[in-house]
Amino acid sequence: MSHLEQLPPVVALLIAGFVALGTILTLLGTIGLVRLPSFYERLHAPTLGTSWGAAGILIGSMLMFSTLGSRLVIHEVFLGLLIMLTTPVTMMVLGRAALHRDRAEGRTPPGTEGPEQPLK
Amino acid sequence: MSATILSAVLTVSQICLVAALVLAVMRALRGPRAQDRVLGLDTMYVCAMLLLVVTGMQHGTIYQFEGALVMGVLGFVATTAMAKFLMRGEVIE
Amino acid sequence: MTLLPHPIVTVVLTILWMVLTGFTLGQLVLGLLAGILGGFAYRRITPRRIVVKRPGAMARLFVRVAGDIVRSNYDVARLILSEGRHHRRKAGFVRIPLDMTNPSGLAVLAVIVTATPGTAWIEYEPRNGQLLLHVFDLIEGDDWVHTIKSRYESLLMEIFE
Repeated sequence: MSHLEQLPPVVALLIAGFVALGTILTLLGTIGLVRLPSFYERLHAPTLGTSWGAAGILIGSMLMFSTLGSRLVIHEVFLGLLIMLTTPVTMMVLGRAALHRDRAEGRTPPGTEGPEQPLK
Repeated sequence: MSATILSAVLTVSQICLVAALVLAVMRALRGPRAQDRVLGLDTMYVCAMLLLVVTGMQHGTIYQFEGALVMGVLGFVATTAMAKFLMRGEVIE
Repeated sequence: MTLLPHPIVTVVLTILWMVLTGFTLGQLVLGLLAGILGGFAYRRITPRRIVVKRPGAMARLFVRVAGDIVRSNYDVARLILSEGRHHRRKAGFVRIPLDMTNPSGLAVLAVIVTATPGTAWIEYEPRNGQLLLHVFDLIEGDDWVHTIKSRYESLLMEIFE
């Protein structure tokens, strides 16, 4: 573990903190995914992992590799942008698909009644 | 000292991320409906991507980045295609 | 017919190309080529150019959203941990009438709402401007309409309209 010993102690502890935070949030998100009772509630759980869960781990990685000086930090920015932009699209399409399926089966969830129109 | 702590944190983080991955797979296997399975698969992709990043940090290599990027793009395309299929019954109209 | 229909797309694609391959002059030329082609491809999808009127408001919105995401992360994590033990959480749908019609503004609002844990964008009806949200914890007051409209929609309308 030679590259870990090259880090200054303060930076190493900071990285450890960020990675621990990100991991705990991601794990909590998947625990919620398993435990929550309905689909629409489960839709919220993975966003824990994709917002600050991913951000914590990526910030840790960014700190580590820019301190070691082996490369620029811009890699993680792209990965973070990718996650930030694709997750909402996935979740929106999934939510709409679920609502559409529920309506098609005549089990409209309470609170979503309204003009019955085909989704675009 | 701090290097030992960081190394331990990275190892524990890898274990936790594998646990998260297993939980996501559990949801994908259990269902009960198709949209739950797709959501589980999407979460699995994100966990695998983060696991790659943490593994790269532990080994001090930069080669995980391309892998993580490809995994993110593949996960996005796969999940969106499956969700589209659930909504319409076909992927390309 | 300009060479750069979407300069931001071109710049981002060029930088991504160089990050993935290497920072040399040859890769810069190849990356620029890919970026310009990407800009043309993007114009085929979105004919209208996206105009940001107030960059300052954009920065303010970014800070506000970052703070909200931190807070709602904490809230949702706490609720998942205390699931089924203390108080009864009540999840449900909320209908929000939106005044904004700008497609770019609506897209940014969708990203904000979905990226924040605790709220999920389900459906938007363009004919009457009604948005259907799913909220994870409805207990804390029923002013979701006011929250979305005053915190995000007003700023977004300032930026894009």
